[in-house]
Amino acid sequence: MAEVKPLDAKPAEAKAPKGMNMIEAINSALDTMLDRDPDVVILGEDVGYFGGVFRATAGLQEKHGKTRVFDSPISENGIIGVAVGMGAYGLRPVPEIQFADYIYPGLDQIVSEAARIRYRSVGQFIAPMTIRSPYGGGIFGGQTHSQSPESLFTHMSGVKTVIPSTPYDAKGLLIAAIECDDPVVFFEPKRIYNGPFDGHYDRPVQPWAKHPASDVPKDYYRIELGKANIVRVGEAVTVLAYGTMVHVALAVVEELGIDAEVIDLRSLVPLDIEAIETSVRKTGRCMIVHEATRTSGFGAELSALVQERCFYHLEAPVIRVTGFDTPYPHSLEWAYFPGPIRIKTALEKILKD
Amino acid sequence: MAKSPSRPAAKPAPAKKAATKSAPPALPNRERPDQPEPFDASKDELLQFYRDMLLIRRFEEKAGQLYGLGLIGGFCHLYIGQEAVAIGLQSALDGDKDSVITGYRDHGHMLAYGIDPKLIMAELTGRQAGISKGKGGSMHMFSVEHKFYGGHGIVGAQVSLGTGLGFAHKYRKDGGVCMAYFGDGAANQGQVYESFNMAELWKLPIIFVIENNQYAMGTSVNRSSAEDQLYRRGESFRIPGLQVDGMDVLAVRGAAEEALKWVRAGKGPILLELKTYRYRGHSMSDPAKYRSRDEVQAVRDKSDPIEHVKKLLEKQGVKEEAMKDIDKEIRKIVSDAADFAENSPEPEAAELYTDVLVETY
Ligand SMILES: Cc1ncc(C[n+]2csc(CCOP(=O)(O)OP(=O)(O)O)c2C)c(N)n1
Ligand SMILES: [Mg+2]
Repeated sequence: MAEVKPLDAKPAEAKAPKGMNMIEAINSALDTMLDRDPDVVILGEDVGYFGGVFRATAGLQEKHGKTRVFDSPISENGIIGVAVGMGAYGLRPVPEIQFADYIYPGLDQIVSEAARIRYRSVGQFIAPMTIRSPYGGGIFGGQTHSQSPESLFTHMSGVKTVIPSTPYDAKGLLIAAIECDDPVVFFEPKRIYNGPFDGHYDRPVQPWAKHPASDVPKDYYRIELGKANIVRVGEAVTVLAYGTMVHVALAVVEELGIDAEVIDLRSLVPLDIEAIETSVRKTGRCMIVHEATRTSGFGAELSALVQERCFYHLEAPVIRVTGFDTPYPHSLEWAYFPGPIRIKTALEKILKD
Repeated sequence: MAKSPSRPAAKPAPAKKAATKSAPPALPNRERPDQPEPFDASKDELLQFYRDMLLIRRFEEKAGQLYGLGLIGGFCHLYIGQEAVAIGLQSALDGDKDSVITGYRDHGHMLAYGIDPKLIMAELTGRQAGISKGKGGSMHMFSVEHKFYGGHGIVGAQVSLGTGLGFAHKYRKDGGVCMAYFGDGAANQGQVYESFNMAELWKLPIIFVIENNQYAMGTSVNRSSAEDQLYRRGESFRIPGLQVDGMDVLAVRGAAEEALKWVRAGKGPILLELKTYRYRGHSMSDPAKYRSRDEVQAVRDKSDPIEHVKKLLEKQGVKEEAMKDIDKEIRKIVSDAADFAENSPEPEAAELYTDVLVETY
């Protein structure tokens, strides 16, 4: 069952002295796991000496040494393949793929090995690895630094796909992912590394420090994979989102004063289908928001599930707000991004239908 | 290796003796390219090198400024410091038949192939008039007219594509060769070696060029490469390699001549490692914590490729004034390009849907 933990509610755990942004929370999760489990190792391009291009691994090599936090050559297929082997022998590798757009050279190892080794070896060997990778747009990255490939992974079976939307969740989910005995693809929405983003790119960036979910405990805690988070309780329409789009959708809902129920899925596989079903049965309407391209996107799966399970409760067709079926452009980024205007139009439509 | 103390010393077995023998030296009877001579440039040729390298330098400086002003956004990788590589190599190519392909640090290779600076700058600012209609940006630019095949953001991918270009040159019998550039970091991608094997197996006309600027983002060559003498990376595929001073345009041009001789004679691919250096950060936001300022300054002071040619020109009696005039001319070309890039309109939103598939949808 879903947790009801509105984004503006304080987490119950002990308070850290100051807020963490998402990078710091991820860094803290990695640090915590390196401390707790000697089998955890971190590898990837620029993660060691340099501390990661987004600084997610800053200081970890200094603290935990070069045998546990180390640089790899630019060899994504090799990085992931090596991590599968490490995992089969009992280690718990956390490879970083610098941008989700570079995961494709390693896709073969993910699909054919990581996602299959448990099944193929009838449970004798597993791939307890967590592939961390920044994903998504909104940073003017163009074609090769902006993509949202999550539905490739939800489609392949044998891998879990997790996407946090706050620093607090990022730490708890990452720890659960690392402790999980299955391969997990952990996509970090890079647009919200430094602050929650409401889709208004022309307004100043709000730092995480002002957000309650930046209140991240320094110590160990975990958030179970497969538990959605109801970030706003409402009656009029269910909004399903994850990553950056949770904040964008929530801002539109608040701005329009709509009594929507906003659900942050947090993990696509495993999916908290009960939370979705309960909510849609209650509201009778469902809007799905993601940045990824539309056709065969995860929204298509959600839409099918809602239709299968809630058909007789639906008062309007399920509506999707997504990226366009095109590559991500360099210019026109904000025309491409499924931002406030598109979400607003869709919300108005589904409430009228 | 230390002997185990618990074991009594045994007579050395003959088999062990054989095992300690080192591997036989590389086949001496394999043909190798000649050691290249520095290019013997005339005064006019030297002036042209100076002009061409300066265009890249000034263009990149301007791009850096426009970035600072917020007119260019996202990723932008400058070529400053590496000018002698693109100019030395591409001045030896035949722009009508030889193809060039590179990674994302591509502005210099484009300028070296005569592509209009206006179209490049307008692409950086994301405008309709840009060479990719503003949809590609700094890393993704192409020109059929100039036989420039991109501009690729995925590290290493261009090496395989270049091998395919080489295949097509051979298949069409058009006498062209492909020059495929990649970095020291890219040299660790698996597909590079798949490509090497195919290129040699099929004797393709391709010059593989490793621009070894000593860093891949924040990772130095020896922190990422077991064999850091990158020109040797083709050996096990029987691709000969040459290591070249990439800060000396004459050495680079000389190596290009030698490589072209080899490839045009149908002997298959060749690998050039150009030792060079990038002065600026990897991209525009680079905390530069992986190297010292002194290191960068020392290269600038001692090995700057443009200063080097300037000195040669002085020796040939070219006056400081004449060189300043060239600089002025080039600054004008670059500022015109910047004006153009600033004043061109952004693409129409409808452009989002063009060139995705054959049909528009
Ligand atoms: C497949 C892939 N992996 C990683 C990256 C991220 N990345 C971009 S440039 C770069 C460093 C490349 O260094 P090098 O090949 O030496 O070229 P240089 O930047 O020095 O010109 C990295 C890791 C990428 N673009 N594509
Ligand atoms: Mg390099």
